[in-house]
Amino acid sequence: MALKAITPDYEKYTENRDLPELYHGNLMIYVHWEHHISFVAAIALPLPPQTPFGAIKEAIGGVYGPHPDWAKIDWSHAIWKIDGKNATPDFDKSIADHGMGHKSLVRFWTPGLDGYHGSLN
Amino acid sequence: MSQLASLTLYHNDEARPIIEAIIADNPGVRVLNMPGAVKLDCEGALVVKRASVEERLGREWDPQEIHLVLISMAGHLDEDDDQFSVSWKH
Amino acid sequence: MTAKKLGLKQRYAHMTRGLDWETSYQPIDKVFPYDQFEGIKIKDWSAWEDPFRLTMDAYWKFQAEKERKLYAVLDAFAQNNGQTGISDGRYMNVLKLFLTGISPEEYQSHRGFAFIGRHLRGVGPRVAAQQQSLDELRHVQTQIHTISHYNKFFNGMSEFPTMHDRVFYLSVPKSFFDDARSAGPFEYMIAIGFAFEYVLTNLLFVPFMSGAAYNGDMSTVTFGFSAQSDESRHMTLGIEVIKFLLEQHPDNLPIVQKWVDKWFWRGFRLLGLVAMMMDYMLPKPVMSWKEAWEIYFTEAGGALFQDLARYGLKMPKYHEVATEAAEHVGHQLYGLLYQLCHVAGLHAWMPDAKHMDWLSEKYPNTFDKYYRPRFEMWAQMEKEGKRFYYNGLLQLCHTCQLPMTFTEPGDPTTRCFRETQFKGNRYHFCSDGCKDIFDNEPEKYVQAWLPIQQIFQGNCGGPTVPDVLNWYQIKVGVDNAEYVGSEDHKLWESWKQDTAVSKAG
Repeated sequence: MALKAITPDYEKYTENRDLPELYHGNLMIYVHWEHHISFVAAIALPLPPQTPFGAIKEAIGGVYGPHPDWAKIDWSHAIWKIDGKNATPDFDKSIADHGMGHKSLVRFWTPGLDGYHGSLN
Repeated sequence: MSQLASLTLYHNDEARPIIEAIIADNPGVRVLNMPGAVKLDCEGALVVKRASVEERLGREWDPQEIHLVLISMAGHLDEDDDQFSVSWKH
Repeated sequence: MTAKKLGLKQRYAHMTRGLDWETSYQPIDKVFPYDQFEGIKIKDWSAWEDPFRLTMDAYWKFQAEKERKLYAVLDAFAQNNGQTGISDGRYMNVLKLFLTGISPEEYQSHRGFAFIGRHLRGVGPRVAAQQQSLDELRHVQTQIHTISHYNKFFNGMSEFPTMHDRVFYLSVPKSFFDDARSAGPFEYMIAIGFAFEYVLTNLLFVPFMSGAAYNGDMSTVTFGFSAQSDESRHMTLGIEVIKFLLEQHPDNLPIVQKWVDKWFWRGFRLLGLVAMMMDYMLPKPVMSWKEAWEIYFTEAGGALFQDLARYGLKMPKYHEVATEAAEHVGHQLYGLLYQLCHVAGLHAWMPDAKHMDWLSEKYPNTFDKYYRPRFEMWAQMEKEGKRFYYNGLLQLCHTCQLPMTFTEPGDPTTRCFRETQFKGNRYHFCSDGCKDIFDNEPEKYVQAWLPIQQIFQGNCGGPTVPDVLNWYQIKVGVDNAEYVGSEDHKLWESWKQDTAVSKAG
């Protein structure tokens, strides 16, 4: 244990408040639209592991929908990274099938859409 | 590299004699006025002399009274019955 | 004949020396169980000297004088309806942020220093810590008392203790003090006494109180400066503790350096809330965050660390990153508040044209290029009747607990993501600074109560946004969302009309 504590068995008294089993069977995942930096942060979503990857597109529309670029997205040209690795997701397969777990991060780029007046906002 | 010693005081009547004494006793002092406060900076060291404050105040003044009007400081503090100073000197 | 009056140094020596007791039936380590496990080595406690040499009798005298002055101003302010003389109704949101986010931390600080005042085995630091503990208690009381006058008129303040414990953005200051108070006594002293009080507190109080003065809030200026006049003593304690630890034993240096690095970064993140306030929330701004950073960190912090270099102590890790970010944090965090104020206990608004020009002037390298377009886009949406709110839950940094809104150092168009694995689980961070802090003590931070995680786990009143706001004790349509059209706004407009009528009459 890196931590210096007055009790040598410190960890025995601790409680991890972010374990996967605390989420009622859901995976908490994060989704982030790149080059649209005006949105405050990646979206957090609690999704059952069997959720088809393609359902993410609908789930994030509630946040990203008001942006003028949202309606222009051509999803067949989107570029994806899952947990830092380039990915070509299959929209019909589940998020679990894509190797995603608790707090996986999905980042996507929409080439040609550069935010409000090209400012990446 | 520059090493400023600094005192920030209220900008009010009570602090005015102290501010004036600092300006008189510390050549090269830089004065930064802010709403409600004044920041006084001087290279290396800044001193508040009891005698100078008393001269302007017209009464006895205990350097510890500075607690009533002092907002902030930078430097190592040295205080006794005759003066109050902050400095980076050793 | 009267006895000759003792000099200041003699009085202080009489007051603080020989006050300790030698234990007779218990080993001294059992009386002071907390001050060794962190690995700090102290050879000579008597080497500690408070240069202020403030004795308890003088302390009571000066504090009583400060209180008399403060309460005289508060009475006058209330009698004269001072609330109608502030610069603009929007200004109140600064006080809401202060009362919910800062005042409860004054209390935490009081508790922390009371603990130190009991558990350090040197009598000099114990006396200084006890005085600071009383100061901090005085601060929370005077702040609540002062702001209670505004609470008679404006929304968003009445449930501040509950909000502090529950509302998502308030977990940023709360977790900062929870982290410090659950550390050992020396780390607490470096965290609060040195990093916060000496290095960073000017950035909170001086521009904040100047801002209050400039915006006609005389009651806040008075409590602020009254609290701040204790601050010079706190700063002295902060600088004494670091000198003392570094002089006592060379083995202390790496431990202290790690704490300085950690608490500088945590403080810098916490003070992002002040950056947002200074750059956007004062209707009459006093100075930009960037200017304040240059004066109080680059210049004052530079002088300090130049001095501490003789002990081998280095500038805090990532200080260059923080300085570069001074161009961005205010804009990024106000953008956060603008789009999240529907789930906050205060209002936000679109900066007007004059204010945006002030920002362009203060931030010539960044505002027009990166941030003005963002506000123009949102202004366009407002014009179309679709005021933008972020309608979802978001990702938080596991250390600072702020939303993961910050960008890569040197690249303000790419969001910064950092990640670590601990015991098979993944943890996310907004910066290298926050990641390092977690990696040094993962066993501590896995316990963190992260507000978004807790909502998903079902611990925050229910699954919907109204459920959660109800649990936060934020009254929907009253305390939250856009300023324009809010009850506060209507009240302020009605006061302005009264003034206009009486002037015309």
